[in-house]
Amino acid sequence: MSTTEILFFFLTALAIFSAIMVLVSKNPVHSVLWLIAVFFAISGHYILLNAQFLAIVNLIVYAGAIMVLFLFVIMLMNLNAETEPQKHIWMKLAGAISGGCFLMMLVSLVRQASELNGKTALMAEGNIGLIKNLGKALFSDYVVPFEITSVLFLSAMVGAVVIGKK
Amino acid sequence: MPIQYYIYFCLTLFSIGIIGVLTRRNAIIVFMCIELMLNAVNLLLVAFSKMHYAAGLRQDPATSAGIDGQLFVFFIMVVAAAEVSVGLAIIVMMYRNTHSVDINFLNRLKN
Repeated sequence: MSTTEILFFFLTALAIFSAIMVLVSKNPVHSVLWLIAVFFAISGHYILLNAQFLAIVNLIVYAGAIMVLFLFVIMLMNLNAETEPQKHIWMKLAGAISGGCFLMMLVSLVRQASELNGKTALMAEGNIGLIKNLGKALFSDYVVPFEITSVLFLSAMVGAVVIGKK
Repeated sequence: MPIQYYIYFCLTLFSIGIIGVLTRRNAIIVFMCIELMLNAVNLLLVAFSKMHYAAGLRQDPATSAGIDGQLFVFFIMVVAAAEVSVGLAIIVMMYRNTHSVDINFLNRLKN
């Protein structure tokens, strides 16, 4: 096994384990910390695919900004394992079974898809993920969506302030 | 790396997110599971972008095929950041009104 494969399987196992721990943790603060571990594993996957810009943006935006916001809100509300509402065990089982059925259905679909056979994702090479090429595409072909994004952020900011001041 | 491995991995992460939405009652955890699903989709988009790049590289060494996928991921992250700011404001408002983040309190639209 090459180093890339070992890293791929290690990061995959880390991400899936951390994602399951997000669900089973009773304390919401622990859930947030496990979710940060998932984001770090996904950033490692981006680096393996040589999408360096997205790896850094994922760390800064998700693990850095969004998760800190979640932690702030959880600590503001003083949530912990005692105040955590629990669903009935049958409801949990029904949710897990329906999610598992969804997973099995999609996996069997992918297994049948013959056009995916022999297709590989290029690992650790290729320069489309570098910030130079992404920036060129972003400011030439995608400049209108980029500008519309600023309007979206303005409306989100105003919306958050309006909702929070009520 | 075969693209199927990435598809299976992202499907697993997405299903874990769905199970979390279905089995948890804390609104913040439900929100975090939605973030998990968004990230699974992002990773799959990047994997497909590198798949198309590998296919385009065989015809043209200076191709930029598949760069759209990575830009889509960038825009999804932007939209997710805006979504989180508004969603957390809504959750804080709900906590102020009901002193709980239990989503079972949110059934007033039912009647």
